[in-house]
Amino acid sequence: MEVSGLRLLFLIAVAATTLPGCSLFRRGEPAAADVVVPAAEPVTGEPSDKPIIDPQVERREIKRTRIDTEDFEVGAYVGVLSIEDFESNVVYGARLAYHLTEDFFLEATAGQSRAGRTSYENLSGSADLLTDSERDYTYYALSVGWNALPGEIFLGENRAYNTAFYLVAGIGNTTFAGDDRFTVNGGFGYRILPADWIAVHFDVRDHVYDIDLLGEKKIVNNLEAHLGLSIFF
Amino acid sequence: MRRPFTPSGFLLALLALLMLTAGPGIARADERKILIADPFIELHTGPGRGYPVFHVVERGREVTIVKRRTDWFEIRTDRGVSGWAPREQMIATLEPTGEPLDLQEPARENYMSRRWQAGVAGGDFAGASMISVFGGYAFSDNLSIELTLNHIIGEFSNGYSATLGLMHVFVPEWRISPYFTLGTGVIFTEPKSTLVQSIDRDDQIGYVGGGLQFYLTRRFMLRSEYRNNIVFTSRDDNEEVDEWKYLGFAFFF
Repeated sequence: MEVSGLRLLFLIAVAATTLPGCSLFRRGEPAAADVVVPAAEPVTGEPSDKPIIDPQVERREIKRTRIDTEDFEVGAYVGVLSIEDFESNVVYGARLAYHLTEDFFLEATAGQSRAGRTSYENLSGSADLLTDSERDYTYYALSVGWNALPGEIFLGENRAYNTAFYLVAGIGNTTFAGDDRFTVNGGFGYRILPADWIAVHFDVRDHVYDIDLLGEKKIVNNLEAHLGLSIFF
Repeated sequence: MRRPFTPSGFLLALLALLMLTAGPGIARADERKILIADPFIELHTGPGRGYPVFHVVERGREVTIVKRRTDWFEIRTDRGVSGWAPREQMIATLEPTGEPLDLQEPARENYMSRRWQAGVAGGDFAGASMISVFGGYAFSDNLSIELTLNHIIGEFSNGYSATLGLMHVFVPEWRISPYFTLGTGVIFTEPKSTLVQSIDRDDQIGYVGGGLQFYLTRRFMLRSEYRNNIVFTSRDDNEEVDEWKYLGFAFFF
């Protein structure tokens, strides 16, 4: 193919003007252009083991903090317990709950109260059915709860608080009149969360067990209503 | 009936007091920051599916995980808005390094590698009601050692028992897996105070039994168990006692 001298001259001129411009496309190391590269020394002897490029990358320290999981709830309550045949009295208790899902939770409660006197004891004068220490009433209960009606309450225009109406049922033990009694408990409660780590509870429970204190076995229903405060952790 | 116990004024006063003290959480340096990778995630006012969505955080924004409650995460945006997002949406978010967020969710896989286990159960011990608490440590996939404390509440006597035994799960990878158990312990029996001429007793007890455990979800299991106990009494012959744990609830960690 015949190449005209004029075209060759033109191509050389184009190459000479554009190729130096390619260095402009070099990126990443703008300072590198200023580095004076020493003339390559003639290779004599063993090649050096040193890497040609010594990367000085600073590793980013990654510290993953654990997510604060607040599924447990611990609290205390105070209320009124009506002990069948033995008057109503103040009840104190402690409560530990573990929230399994947004719907269900497990609950352990322990409480204590004191029985009063029966009408019979009052009328007969001095025929006491129970000794003083036998009037101590303590119980514990292991229960499952269901947040049946979660919701919110509104105080004024700007404040809303999360709430839940829940149902609770479980088994446990009542120590009363000197003996342990297997107890089934059930009830409902209402919980208001003024902040996401604290809850105010209002609970109503029925504690049911068999008792043969007066000779004949009968089923006893002890109703309890209490107000409690608990903290999530 | 309920009125005298809950004077609404008292409740309101208590609430007002709590609201004053329970201000918004203060930012802490050790809180976890994440990047939103979904097109957007919705913030609910509470940790539950029914709470209304009041805010939306779009892709690429960095938010802070404040806390977790069950399957809900409280997150705070860079503008200071706090709300709750479900786990399903959190899975699609990223760590600041660009990796997907690892929530370290206990699941079936963790179930296989579980070591500690604890739970409660209710049942029947020779006709008496029984409440049982147990805890165990697995030193292999199949074999574990377990401590059980029973509170036995009967018509004629009450008692406590504490037993230590080995438990062998035949096929631990099954969702419902049978197991065999063998062990020994002590039983303390206390006749009811209404009975005359009764003495408290301390006896050794040995048992052999079997049961089923059912993997429920996350870290939870259900359990049902039968034990044949032999009470080594101080009398001439030993006593054989059937023990049923009708339903137990356990979790592993």
